[in-house]
Amino acid sequence: MMYLPIIAALLATLALALARAFAGPTVFDRVLAVNTVGTGAMLLLAVLQFLTDRPGYTDLAIVYGLLNLVGTIAILKFLRVGDLGHGGDDGKEARR
Amino acid sequence: MSAQDWIATLLVSAGGVFCVIGAVGLIRMPTFFTRMHAASVIETLGAGLVIAGLMVKAGLSLESGKLAILGLLIFFASPAATHALAKAAWERRREVGRDVGIPPGEDS
Repeated sequence: MMYLPIIAALLATLALALARAFAGPTVFDRVLAVNTVGTGAMLLLAVLQFLTDRPGYTDLAIVYGLLNLVGTIAILKFLRVGDLGHGGDDGKEARR
Repeated sequence: MSAQDWIATLLVSAGGVFCVIGAVGLIRMPTFFTRMHAASVIETLGAGLVIAGLMVKAGLSLESGKLAILGLLIFFASPAATHALAKAAWERRREVGRDVGIPPGEDS
């Protein structure tokens, strides 16, 4: 079966990224690790469709990718500005 | 196995190898920006090769089109997220005055 090695590789990727998310020292490392986990989960869903022969997993992967992008940008904006409803001025004036 | 299956297996396996290489780099690299460099391997070569292999396996069908949409999403969205992350970390680095992501006591 050709799908079991790629599933094992993707699970190893997810485990290592999760270890970095737990370990690592700044909040940006955690955001990077969560972003990597999102990409790995998208690939895992795409492979899972071919393993189980059930349609619909690729749609889940697309929705997961869109939510992953929105979540990452929202967390980063909250880190820089401290307020998700803040607009304009690129966030630089709000912190200083 | 047909030639199509062999090509698909080769592409998907190469993508899996690049995914594991990127994840090992994510663990082993010393500072934050080098870790981001390693993680970008997963989103470009790893995801691209895995999705290309699955598209070869699917052939010309609806599944192949959906996989193409997924590949385009990763191709455009992950550089945007990576750029936002790098800019946020760079602004924080300018505020703190030293590189982010180094454990305390190891910076010189």
